[in-house]
Amino acid sequence: MSDQGDDLILSELNDAELVEQMMDDLYDGLKDEIEEAVGILLERGWVPYDILTKSLVLGMQIVGDDFRDGILFVPEVLRAAQAMKGGMAILKPLLVETGAPKMGKMVIGTVKGDIHDIGKNLVAMMMEGAGFEIIDLGINNPAEDYINTAINEGCDIIGMSALLTTTMPYMKVVIDQLKEMGKRDDYIVLVGGAPLNEEFGTAIGADAYCDDAAIAVETAKSFMLRKHNQA
Amino acid sequence: MSQDLKPRDITDDSLRDQGLSSVGAGKTLVIACGALAREILAIIDANGLEHLTLTCLPAILHNTPHDIPKAVEDAVNKHKDDYDHILVAYGDCGTGGQLQSVCARLGVEMIDSPHCYAFFDGTTQFLERGEVTSFFLTDFLARQFDAFVWKPLGLDRYPDLRDMYFGNYETLVYLAQTDDPALVQTAKDCAARLGLKFDLRQTGYGELTGFLGKRA
Repeated sequence: MSDQGDDLILSELNDAELVEQMMDDLYDGLKDEIEEAVGILLERGWVPYDILTKSLVLGMQIVGDDFRDGILFVPEVLRAAQAMKGGMAILKPLLVETGAPKMGKMVIGTVKGDIHDIGKNLVAMMMEGAGFEIIDLGINNPAEDYINTAINEGCDIIGMSALLTTTMPYMKVVIDQLKEMGKRDDYIVLVGGAPLNEEFGTAIGADAYCDDAAIAVETAKSFMLRKHNQA
Repeated sequence: MSQDLKPRDITDDSLRDQGLSSVGAGKTLVIACGALAREILAIIDANGLEHLTLTCLPAILHNTPHDIPKAVEDAVNKHKDDYDHILVAYGDCGTGGQLQSVCARLGVEMIDSPHCYAFFDGTTQFLERGEVTSFFLTDFLARQFDAFVWKPLGLDRYPDLRDMYFGNYETLVYLAQTDDPALVQTAKDCAARLGLKFDLRQTGYGELTGFLGKRA
């Protein structure tokens, strides 16, 4: 996206130009530049939450849109995600200190028998960027890991990911176990992964199937809003 | 309709991008993934399955599984009036059950297995092994590793992404259909490039032979 030369000095840009440049650098997967720009904005007195939402999250939304439209592909999205992760690593402790708004709490993980975590990691990062507190269980998780974490940590959302046709049915095991415990309605259950579709999500009793990370964020926000309205 | 093609006349690149129009003059049509073309032709040849005609869809659909059900449906509809029976030589192949739904609706039989790794290895045994940290190659995928794995994942441009993709894997298992020392070495090199241990498993054609023997 960016056609800027290597001689661009980020600290010489004004705030608006710098934010614009950050979105370009995020798109191009330039982690070092993102980390430097985050540092510059912090020095200029920007609130961490504003840096997150007005540069990194907006930039990743463009990346997500172009991925969905077939302009960007998985490797470029991962490079952008690496760059965002670099910026997030600086901002995360500061967000806690400065009391950024909390959207809700989610436990997320790849299901038992499955070790694929790229999509899950992207969702976790974008959810975090949107203000959700994330407990990431990693890969190969049995039902009790999701459920015990959701109960013990007071989560609002359970997120499950699978890449394999052979592992995606395990999501139903988790949901059925929640039902048996009489706890299904206590949680919003979101599912995602390459071989899944909306029909599968409905069939296993999930609240929603999320086609990509951006949709997961919007779906989670929408469910949380409904939950608040019901309360 | 038929072409007098021999396996040696077919290129992996054309199987990857174009598939195969048709080979044979039998009244049972096999619609297969291009990645299985050489193996199916070898089985036909070895077992005298002259009642079969083979046509293949581009093997690169392997990388976009959501496109497989529609491609198979189009192929079935295109050919159904010209043949007595149609066999679909695909496993689920990452379609999440969608291919099975399409085949059931069209009244054609596919291979009851998650993917080619499983039916080459033996589906029951493959699933029982539960090798969740293994990455699998077949003969075709070993030969086409760059086109199916390395380049689509951007590892030619961004080698630093390798561990994001393969960090949770431990072993590359090469499921060999043929006994080809050069191809074993190729597969070993693939394992080294991915930073994985290497395991060779001679499977032959596994359950593919029995599937093609149906309607004999």
